Amino acid sequence: MNYLELLTVAAPETIVVLTALAVLAVDLTSMRDVETRIRMIVGGLVASAGCAGGILWLLVNATTVDALNGMLVMNPVTQIVKICLLGLTIFTVLISLEAKFTNHVGEFLALLLLATAGMMFLVSAEDLLMIFIALEVTSLSLYILTAFNKRNIKSAEAALKYFLFGGMAAAFMLFGLSLIYGLTGATNLHAVAAALAGKGLDPLLLVAMVMTVMGFGFKVAAVPFHLWAPDAYEGAPTQSAAFIASGSKLASFFIFAKVMMIGFAGVEGSGAFRDFMVGWTPVLAVLAALSMLLGNLVAIVQSSVKRLLAYSAIAHAGYMLLGVLAHDKQAVVSVIYYAATYALATIGAFGVVSLVEEQTGSDRLSSFAGFCKRAPMAAFAMMIFLLSLAGIPPLAGFFGKFYLFAVALKSGAPQLGLLWLLILAIAMSAVSFYYYLKVLKAVYVQPEPAEQSRASVPQATQVILLVLAVVIIVLGCFPNLLVGPLEHALTPVSH
Amino acid sequence: MLAWTVYITFLGVLVLMLLPNGNAAAARKVALTTALTGLLVALVGFFNFEKGEILTVTKAKWIPALGLEYHLAVDGISLTLVMLTGLAAVGGILFSWNIEHRAKEFFAFYLALIGGVYGVFLSFDLFLLFVFYEIAIVPKYFLIAIWGSTRKEYGAMKLALYSFIGSAMVLIGLIAAYVVSGGHTMNLLELAQYPFPHSFQMWAFPLVFVGFAILAGMWPFHTWAPTGHVAAPTAASMLLAGVVMKLGAYGCLRVAMTLFPEGLEHWKMWIAGLAVIGIVYGALVALVQKDFKFVVGYSSVSHMGFVMLGLATLNTIGLSGAVLQMFSHGIIAGLLFAVVGRMVYERTHTREFATLEGMNLVKAMPFAAVTFVIAGAASMGLPGFSGFIAELQVIIGAWQAFPTLAVITGVGIVIGVAYTLRAMQKSFFGESLTANNSHSDEEHLHEEQEDGGSISVPERIGAVLLIGVSLLVGLYPRILLDVITPSLNSPLFDWVKKGGGQ
Repeated sequence: MNYLELLTVAAPETIVVLTALAVLAVDLTSMRDVETRIRMIVGGLVASAGCAGGILWLLVNATTVDALNGMLVMNPVTQIVKICLLGLTIFTVLISLEAKFTNHVGEFLALLLLATAGMMFLVSAEDLLMIFIALEVTSLSLYILTAFNKRNIKSAEAALKYFLFGGMAAAFMLFGLSLIYGLTGATNLHAVAAALAGKGLDPLLLVAMVMTVMGFGFKVAAVPFHLWAPDAYEGAPTQSAAFIASGSKLASFFIFAKVMMIGFAGVEGSGAFRDFMVGWTPVLAVLAALSMLLGNLVAIVQSSVKRLLAYSAIAHAGYMLLGVLAHDKQAVVSVIYYAATYALATIGAFGVVSLVEEQTGSDRLSSFAGFCKRAPMAAFAMMIFLLSLAGIPPLAGFFGKFYLFAVALKSGAPQLGLLWLLILAIAMSAVSFYYYLKVLKAVYVQPEPAEQSRASVPQATQVILLVLAVVIIVLGCFPNLLVGPLEHALTPVSH
Repeated sequence: MLAWTVYITFLGVLVLMLLPNGNAAAARKVALTTALTGLLVALVGFFNFEKGEILTVTKAKWIPALGLEYHLAVDGISLTLVMLTGLAAVGGILFSWNIEHRAKEFFAFYLALIGGVYGVFLSFDLFLLFVFYEIAIVPKYFLIAIWGSTRKEYGAMKLALYSFIGSAMVLIGLIAAYVVSGGHTMNLLELAQYPFPHSFQMWAFPLVFVGFAILAGMWPFHTWAPTGHVAAPTAASMLLAGVVMKLGAYGCLRVAMTLFPEGLEHWKMWIAGLAVIGIVYGALVALVQKDFKFVVGYSSVSHMGFVMLGLATLNTIGLSGAVLQMFSHGIIAGLLFAVVGRMVYERTHTREFATLEGMNLVKAMPFAAVTFVIAGAASMGLPGFSGFIAELQVIIGAWQAFPTLAVITGVGIVIGVAYTLRAMQKSFFGESLTANNSHSDEEHLHEEQEDGGSISVPERIGAVLLIGVSLLVGLYPRILLDVITPSLNSPLFDWVKKGGGQ
């Protein structure tokens, strides 16, 4: 395989990286003296165009390639996931167009794009080394994005916390991965699985497995590795938080599922009630249960909406872990569907929060009072986002939950061993309905505090949010738009 | 054809959202047109319906990966309830003609709720049914929290959480049933034929049944009902009592009882027992209320007890009585709430019997008084009204199945007469204790009427419509029974023939 072929395989990633450089160049050379808002719009359009170009390339050149023994794998599934990632990046850029937290427009957008490129490599990787490198590329960009609001001390604090926790988690993961290499002598996931086959669980493998799970558990903010999330989400610029909660979640869950399902095939164990068997699924079952419980219960008492969304993100990570531990073809489909639609709703919700912040200077629940008067379109969009997160039909979040839960329960059939997790998950969804409704109550029911002049809400952002809301409604009413292609993509591949 | 009830209603929501703000008159007209068209479609469907069959309206693949279908169909039971929904929707809009505050949003939420309810009654795919069932939850919250009265935010949240917990229980049961049956389909007709294991039915039946029964106001899960009804604006309480509680009862019948007949056989005594407790308890509590609307609220709990009792009898007469009672109570409760919430409360601004007693309302608003007397008579089950036939059938059915409980139910009926007469006497025919007091109150009332006006035309039309329907069904019950009873012979209700009537 020569370099030109390699470049063709990695063309979407290359396009994104080049766009990042282009955005930087345009902003630094010709736009120095222009108003920040214009710079943001021009840069944002260039970045979006680059991402759209990447999507177009992926749609036109569908290939199935395994370059360099699992370093870069292209197949229909990674193609769909990458399209979703690029779409999420576009939406993140679009809700940032009116952002006022920074003058460093070019750098902000370039970092977003570099993080996206990292995620795309992550999705394509089936090799432990490549996975680690891609994960770090993504994380480093995200740390900087968290710290991007230099006028706010909390942003720096959040980034430091995120960075320290992230560094430690990376160390754990690297430790786990090197143990795996020591055990099997391979870094390719399929080779690892082949070497582990039939050996059973020796204690070293158990340590390696737990270490790896810890590393990924940090990335997806599962309890008890979630401590960074609330602070990072609250302190980071809202747009960065949206990005961390959306694209990064989708990519991390995809690679998490891949490592577990391919690399650790054969040592699943069982998380069935009264029938525990050692393996990685009971570990995930415990993480899932803890995340759902803690995330949802703590979210109830939050008064900062960003923190509330952070705890709800932890809870949603718990739901998605249910899909991972079901480990079959449908499980992959359900996790991708759930992560993608969750990401859309989260970007939207953070977009609305940023609007409120611009207007009132805070993200407290009380700042949302009377929001439906000030910005009717954005308020309606917020209702769609939060109800989708709560899992109310006919929105995408409902079908996602139904699919995840059905798949999880099916994996324990016919004894319904995972019924305990299902009951917990659905009960906790009912809890989550309460706190989402609390936000909506502020938006729709509570009257606006009297005589406070509010800045007007930019129409363009409202329209973008409305578009996002419509996407969520459409994906909820016609889930087959995403599930169909994914099913189709997974059918010939043996996972 | 009937599918258009759902589409038209949601189309109405869309049109309302696109209307300019602040134009209440246009919003009203759009809402009324939508509701009337829905009712018209339902009526056309009703008269074109061939008895005894399950008529598929629409069936299409929806999510092939999971075997879920977009499957709308009707049998006699759904059809009756679709009619009820159409009537309640029109009635509710007529009685909220005076809404000016955020009228556009009010009617948008209102129609969204109606659309969800239509959908539930027409769905024969359980996933679809659940989708529509949950669509109905959110609008209720906003209707009460924004436009309600008396502790509205508390009542709204309580109602929303009770509904959501109920639907969470249902969801657990449905997913479990889906997985146990192999995970190929959620089609009701196919799942009903699947022999679920006995041990599974033992826990799945009560889970799903209670999940739905929460919304039907079954004792002891009824506490959302009085609070919610009282807090809700008139149109919303008419819908809550009129159709939303029926959603629960319908779910019990259509889902829990058809999927898990063995579980039903095992638990039916419990259901009947709780139903009878509900009848007597609701009536007793209604007897001592000080707030006019709470009387009607608790009477709903009592009347829904008849529905649950009818379901538990498992014989044809009891079941058709239960369905008829759903229809009848939907109409009558709507009417009662209209009198209390719209005619009386919005003009006197009080619902306390102590205050109302002094106002001599029968003189001040004779139309309201006459309406309430008629509605009250229908509510206590006077022959000639729909309630009589329905409750009679339920009691005959109960007599065959559980004679002792039937006797206790009789006590409940007597108390029902008592609380209705008491409410009637205290509200409209109260004798003023001191002449002066009453005089000033009357003056006060006349002042109110300056702006509130006498009973308006839309209210009169609404009242006449609902009374007319109740009388029609009361005098000629076969119009509905001929549709309901043959449906009970469909394969869905095989267990009635097998296990019922002992």
